[in-house]
Amino acid sequence: MTHYWPSLVGGMLIGLSASMFLIFNGRIAGVSGIVGRLMLSRAATNAAFVLGLLAGPVIYLAGFGHWPSMTITASLPTIVAAGLLVGFGSRMGSGCTSGHGVAGLARLSPRSLVAVLTFLSAGIVTVTLMRIIAS
Amino acid sequence: MNSRILRFIAALLSGGVFGFGLSLSGMLDPARVRAFLDVAGDWDPSLAFVLGGAVAVAMLGTFLSRRMKRPVLDQTFQRPTETGIDRRLVLGSALFGVGWGMAGFCPGPALAGLSLGLGPVFLFVLAMAAGMTAHDRYIAKASKSWGTPS
Repeated sequence: MTHYWPSLVGGMLIGLSASMFLIFNGRIAGVSGIVGRLMLSRAATNAAFVLGLLAGPVIYLAGFGHWPSMTITASLPTIVAAGLLVGFGSRMGSGCTSGHGVAGLARLSPRSLVAVLTFLSAGIVTVTLMRIIAS
Repeated sequence: MNSRILRFIAALLSGGVFGFGLSLSGMLDPARVRAFLDVAGDWDPSLAFVLGGAVAVAMLGTFLSRRMKRPVLDQTFQRPTETGIDRRLVLGSALFGVGWGMAGFCPGPALAGLSLGLGPVFLFVLAMAAGMTAHDRYIAKASKSWGTPS
């Protein structure tokens, strides 16, 4: 269980952030929406949220003395294809893991529940197929 | 202090808490994200704790916001207006899920992860921005007409 404490506390902080952004700024903390709007309008609030997001790992570094781990094994063409799909799909589906997954489920939105079940299933199928093909 | 500055500071703090939470949770690591999605393989359930913790706390915030006439620092709540479950939502989420599974990155962790200065993360974010732009420029209007009016 101790292995999961950082995940649980980290998750709760993500929920706290979504609550803060809603209560103070009146907005949904959905990262794909924030980035999409930032590219269209350069609104200060969206830019501030992204700046904070970038500062997150630096605060972690200051507190723990090392960067959070990021183990990247995917090939560069896979990364490009994945980025295109994530960007395109999150805009078409009006949200990603934060907007639908956290804020949407917290609002008990049926739309977000469908989105989350869809992207979780698609992700599970993709990872499973890639593992089978690789072996 | 003027309210525009306060809004900026509040958004900066929200983003900072989000980015720190992602870093602490392990969600920044694409290998762990993919291990969470690998339910039939060597499954790592930690992201279920991330999502569970996040949704539980965000529910409190949502509950509180519903009892407020307006947000603390702004005039109105900008809540999503769409309610229909349409092809756009399902197809978009499916494409997103395939990309998420392929590399283990979604928008939040990829953006926050830029701070580590790793080349593949920059490449992912550039491709993601291109995907978003492609959708918003060429598809947004066309695909909106697929949906059933809600």
